[in-house]
Amino acid sequence: MTINTLLVKEGCPQEQMACFRKMEKVIVAMQDPDMGMKMRNQRLLITVIPHAMTGHDIITWLIQKYCISEEEALHLGNLLVKYGYIYPLKEPRSLVLRRDESPYRFQTPYFWTSTQWPATELDYAIYLAKKNIRKQGELMEYEKERYSLLHKRINHTWDFVVMQAREQLRASKQRRKADRIVLECQEQAYWLINRPAPGMPNILDAGLERPNNLRVTLNSDFYKREIEACQRALGRNRVKSSNCLEGFLKHSEQYQNHDPIMQGCLPSNPWISDDAAHWTMNADVVPVPTRLRVERWSFSFMELLSDTMGRKEFMTYLEKEFSAENLCFWQACEEIRHGENSRISEKVNEIYKNFLAPGAARWVNIDSKTMYKTLEGIKRPHRFVMDDAQMHIYFLMKKDSYPRYLKSDLYKNMLAKAIVPQETKKSVFPFMRRQRHSSPSPAQAATQATEEDGRVKEAGQAGANA
Amino acid sequence: MAAEKAEMDALKKECDGLRAQIEAARKAVNDGSMSASAGGVEAVGRVQLKLRKNLKGHLAKIYAMHWSADSRQMVSASQDGKLLIWDTFTGNKLTAVPLKSAWVMSVAFAPSGNLVASGGLDNICTVYNIKAASPKTLRELDAHTGYLSCSRFLSDSEIITASGDTTCCLWDLETGKQKVVFTNHIGDCMSLALSPDENSFISGACDSLAKLWDIRSGTCKQTFSGHTSDINAIAFFPSGNAIITGSDDCSCKMYDLRADQEVIGYQDTSLNAGVTSVALSNSGRLIFAGYDDFNCHIWDSLKGEKVGVLSGHDNRVSCTGVPADGMGVCTGSWDSFLKLWN
Repeated sequence: MTINTLLVKEGCPQEQMACFRKMEKVIVAMQDPDMGMKMRNQRLLITVIPHAMTGHDIITWLIQKYCISEEEALHLGNLLVKYGYIYPLKEPRSLVLRRDESPYRFQTPYFWTSTQWPATELDYAIYLAKKNIRKQGELMEYEKERYSLLHKRINHTWDFVVMQAREQLRASKQRRKADRIVLECQEQAYWLINRPAPGMPNILDAGLERPNNLRVTLNSDFYKREIEACQRALGRNRVKSSNCLEGFLKHSEQYQNHDPIMQGCLPSNPWISDDAAHWTMNADVVPVPTRLRVERWSFSFMELLSDTMGRKEFMTYLEKEFSAENLCFWQACEEIRHGENSRISEKVNEIYKNFLAPGAARWVNIDSKTMYKTLEGIKRPHRFVMDDAQMHIYFLMKKDSYPRYLKSDLYKNMLAKAIVPQETKKSVFPFMRRQRHSSPSPAQAATQATEEDGRVKEAGQAGANA
Repeated sequence: MAAEKAEMDALKKECDGLRAQIEAARKAVNDGSMSASAGGVEAVGRVQLKLRKNLKGHLAKIYAMHWSADSRQMVSASQDGKLLIWDTFTGNKLTAVPLKSAWVMSVAFAPSGNLVASGGLDNICTVYNIKAASPKTLRELDAHTGYLSCSRFLSDSEIITASGDTTCCLWDLETGKQKVVFTNHIGDCMSLALSPDENSFISGACDSLAKLWDIRSGTCKQTFSGHTSDINAIAFFPSGNAIITGSDDCSCKMYDLRADQEVIGYQDTSLNAGVTSVALSNSGRLIFAGYDDFNCHIWDSLKGEKVGVLSGHDNRVSCTGVPADGMGVCTGSWDSFLKLWN
């Protein structure tokens, strides 16, 4: 969820690199001399800014190049502006792409986020110092606050900061006015992204810094505990991995038809059809359950017990066999395990009275060892005091009653009566067993095209840089 | 001083020796690879899920989401200081819970649907009753000394939390006190998941280890290693016999509890971004993993291949979840939107 920024590769946290690279490919394509954008000179007050483009042009170019809709082009363009690859000339603080004649410019690669990562406090201080000197103290409120904060924090290098600022200002004065303005715009755009104004979203936020060093002291106590744990672990039984893998395969196969994402669902998936029929048919208690649901009861004992209707059916069956007290006991134990702390003693007493006491109305058949342990435990009741007894009865039911229930007429009739819902009559839906395949999104195809273009370009550039 | 150091070194050596023996024991039972076993299974083919709903409402990064047991309601937490409870079918926001601290990192829905819990940099897990006329704070669970990274309800009376102070904790909601503290991790705990039978849970931490804990005894039953960086996300395979982890080292792994080791790894050289969240489809065949590259990639859990991608977010995918009925998958992102796909 959050990144350890010490995992730095090539000057930029690796997790952001992929996105930046993709955006940079688009930018490079936009600047291609033949197929790229048509640039023009833009008038800004009295100065003429060369190599600028309008928002409208950007969107048109994106639509044409990637065969996408206007909405997508606007979205993509906005991302390019938000991440600082294109900046607006008219309202620099508003990082949005307008689809009108507003002028925009490409950010120079020197100021790409991926080039200069992370933006340092020192650089920010120099920038603010320059601005301060140039505008004779007229910084924005939040810039003033940050400036004084930085002044306190890196006071020891403040002379260097001021000196650098003065030096850079002097150097820039020797440039042509147009170039100077361009550089100022570029630098301002860079800092609007890397040090956003308060209230503006910080898109370069990488989340919490997590301590790289381990939080627990590795002393001798720690190692002693580790040794104990290792000795216990060494003694554990390990199953062959091939058997385990077989198990997963079986499980997936068994549940494949019950997995709506894999196989679709009847009568229809509510998210797709906006029809809640599926949920109604599979509510906790229904007059007739669906076939898939009844099938699941045969997958495992737990499946049967965790379904309200399944449990009821099983109870009916056990009543016929005069062993319903087992399930009642199990249910009562569950209520202790998951219920309120304050009622534990009360519930334990109830269980003792009804199920465990000699001559109890619904006495359960537990082996003497477990019974003794449980009766001892009842003297000081706690949430797990019934665990052993509950487990014993659970396995009793699982090994004995459950398999017989599945072979019984009661279950077989249930299965036969169960509904197989009709598929909702909408021709778009595929048949029940076929895989869902939606047509690939044009953006996906376009991205592939970009990636292919990009790869060729990268190879070309790499060759040039080598 | 020298004697202490000598003792420490001896203990360390013994520890390393034992660990080597455990590794050998694991190797001894590692007699099959997933690719060999899954060779005969039919491939899933290209999985293309469509975007069904785009839930807009949060004003800042979404950090966490959790489905309700009814598979229809869902709660999401954002750093705009709000929890939103959605009816995903209609797309309506049912309830908004304002948070005392906006730095929320985790959210959980109780199985009963009556309570939600949230917590984050305030180190406190706050439990709200959302069935009241307006959301009421039921409890403030305040004992962790680090941020709250994850929480999950066992019932309306108990909740388990994972924290940046390297411990996980079982709380009694009636008294608001800690009942069991699970200590063994040596790095921040980042996520936890309950086993299907609710007798145990797993946790993933910044020490790159995943641990299986017994809720009743409070002890660590098993430890799984293999990742080379923080484990951010963890989930149980539906059968309860295996766990899936997602890490900052850009890979996911499946560990089998009975074989006590990693049985398959999910990585791709083209994937250079850390995994933030994982969720599995109902059959366990598909793994939905949210990455920092703004996408959620889909893996075939049995064959270990990438079979699809959910693209559409403009920033990191921070949370992923599949509802209990498996109808689809929800992704939440730092771009403040939640998207439902199937």
